[in-house]
Amino acid sequence: MEKRVVFRSWWLPYVLVAPQLAITIVFFFLPAGQAIWQSLLAQDPFGTNVEFVGLDNFVTLVHDEYYLASFKTTAVFSVLVAGLGLVISLVLAVFADRAARGAGIYKTLLIWPYAVAHAVAAVLWLFLFNPTLGVVAHWIKGFGIAWDPLLRDRDAMILVVVAAVWNQISYNFLFFLAGLQSIPKSLIEAAAIDGAGPGRRFWTIVFPLLSPTTFFLLVVNVVYAFFQTFAIIDAATGGGPGNATEILVYKVYKDGFKALDLGSSAAQSVILMLIVIALTVVQFRYVERKVQY
Amino acid sequence: MTVRFHRLVRTLAAVAFAGVALPALAQTEIQWWHSMTGALNDRVNEFAKGFNESQKEFKVVPVYKGQYPESMAAAIAAFRAGNAPDILQVFEVGTATMMGAKGAIKPVAQVMREAGEKFDPKVYVPAVAGYYTTTKGEMLSLPFNSSTVVFYWNKDVYEKAGLDPNRAPATWPEVMAAAAKIKTSGSSQCAYTTGWPSWVHVENFSAWHNVPIATKENGMAGLDTKFQINSPLHVRHWSNLQEWSKKGYFTYGGRTNEAEAKFYSGECAMLTSSSAAQANINRNAKFKYGVAFMPYYADVAGAPQNSIIGGASLWVMSGKPKDHYKGVAKFFTYLSDANRQAEWHQKTGYVPITLAAYDITKASGFYDKNPGTDVSVRQMNNKPPTANSKGLRFGSFVQIRDMFQEEFENMLSGKQDAKTALDNAVRRGDEMLRRFERTAKE
Repeated sequence: MEKRVVFRSWWLPYVLVAPQLAITIVFFFLPAGQAIWQSLLAQDPFGTNVEFVGLDNFVTLVHDEYYLASFKTTAVFSVLVAGLGLVISLVLAVFADRAARGAGIYKTLLIWPYAVAHAVAAVLWLFLFNPTLGVVAHWIKGFGIAWDPLLRDRDAMILVVVAAVWNQISYNFLFFLAGLQSIPKSLIEAAAIDGAGPGRRFWTIVFPLLSPTTFFLLVVNVVYAFFQTFAIIDAATGGGPGNATEILVYKVYKDGFKALDLGSSAAQSVILMLIVIALTVVQFRYVERKVQY
Repeated sequence: MTVRFHRLVRTLAAVAFAGVALPALAQTEIQWWHSMTGALNDRVNEFAKGFNESQKEFKVVPVYKGQYPESMAAAIAAFRAGNAPDILQVFEVGTATMMGAKGAIKPVAQVMREAGEKFDPKVYVPAVAGYYTTTKGEMLSLPFNSSTVVFYWNKDVYEKAGLDPNRAPATWPEVMAAAAKIKTSGSSQCAYTTGWPSWVHVENFSAWHNVPIATKENGMAGLDTKFQINSPLHVRHWSNLQEWSKKGYFTYGGRTNEAEAKFYSGECAMLTSSSAAQANINRNAKFKYGVAFMPYYADVAGAPQNSIIGGASLWVMSGKPKDHYKGVAKFFTYLSDANRQAEWHQKTGYVPITLAAYDITKASGFYDKNPGTDVSVRQMNNKPPTANSKGLRFGSFVQIRDMFQEEFENMLSGKQDAKTALDNAVRRGDEMLRRFERTAKE
């Protein structure tokens, strides 16, 4: 049942997509092309001394064990952020959808964190988890658990994941809630009459019907974890302790904008771009098959 | 129609005339990008205001462009786009990068010479001037704000722990003996902490013990320099820190100045950090404290030597019209005035960068009235600087410092011992130096 619109004139469709094409070229293809070109150069920060070095920047990266370790860190971080972000917001959306009273207040409160800038969110959580001042750190210590995000890798990872997830939940929540509200009540009622319990109703009706939303959010969240979280890392841990929270995009930012090593930074961003393209292709080819529109 | 046309021509002519006439009357604007905040920002604005009122030809416009790495990145982007500022304040870790950018900067000595302004590099404190001078003796940037590492201790806690509150520990073993006493007596939950781990426990530690940080006079005599911070002395100090951390005598505070808050909040009883932290400590500490020289190891021959500086200097960017450089030179002469320098030192807590500024401050009785304010000066000039203690110059040092600190953290968290940490630091640092050497050929 594919719907097709057929244009009579051959040029109209091109004119209609031209603005979008222009934006894509100016804001995506040109910068991406520039990154690829710069990844082949070695230069001093001021650009007064530029040398074409071929794939040298990439070769250096491949031999850098710290860069390779960053892949693992990124994988752990992204899975946690995307996974937790989706699960928690789905649970919240289901409850908010059911709430009979004060639903408006719940929804407003849940959407609020999205208005908080990433860096601010990170500083907020950093403060809560600060070993000496933080309230949360105090509770954790109250349970007799050692807590020191400055020196313990796992603690630092928990800190940045919590900040990143908290910042993203609102966005996911909004889409899930909209998705839930578009599911026809009659279907659920029919299932209830047939004797299906709440759990069964959720897994056999609601969850499958929600799959387009879930899929969309999965793609968005993976991109978020990969690309948009460097402000959180920068403000909360600076990649430390050691390199324990140095995810790929943070390293691109640090090497490029703080250390002014443009060649290496560009090479890293090219690699990162390839990874995200690959991930998106995989998601669309394999995960989307399970989606029912 | 013709009347209207004539009026239009007249209007255009008037506009054109005004356009030509205005710049001729206007002053030459000198853009100065800096990273000074709070009270320091006010001082910078006062400098500009004072200079602008002292003459009519030039107008210095100070602009805060974010923290040191940010303002440097902004200036670099501006340079690439062809509108760099005239004057840029760059922190000491960026010095080698600026020196490597031959086409982007104009040496201060040259700016002064061409403008016919009197300029004598000898008026500067040697430990400061050496930092910004080439091996050929040409001064590339104007020293502005410099600080060094000093030791702070909480006298109230010392008293509680049964230690002599008026005597600072001079050596590292004494520091740890004090830490042990503070811990066992429970007079403070944290005994010792440090700001800027690399600056304190690598760079200044080396200079203070007169051992090299790297070959080629710590990189000042050539780009083909190699790190030497995995010497037995360095390993000994780092493994001590690791052990003290395990015992709870040393609490890690973070990579920049986070530890300073741990000290003035009363949480930690001892601190090594920048002498420029004193203003903040003064304002926030609700206890008596003292300032002393950095601790050292007494069995190291020649220690203590002298400490090296941190802080920033003013660089002049290239490619500006000639009259801009004349203004910059006049402004630098204004800044270098001994009384102005003395006032800057007294009000900010930065070390005096000219010898005259120190003498004026001393003669005014400032040091007697404000005990501890001269510690940094005396420590910096403790002995005539050697090749190991006159400063350092490494390309990509922003990145390298981070690497040192990453290895330091991995050591403190117990993932590796001191030897491995320092070996890794040397290996990774050298790789960065080689990369830099390649893009910054003479």
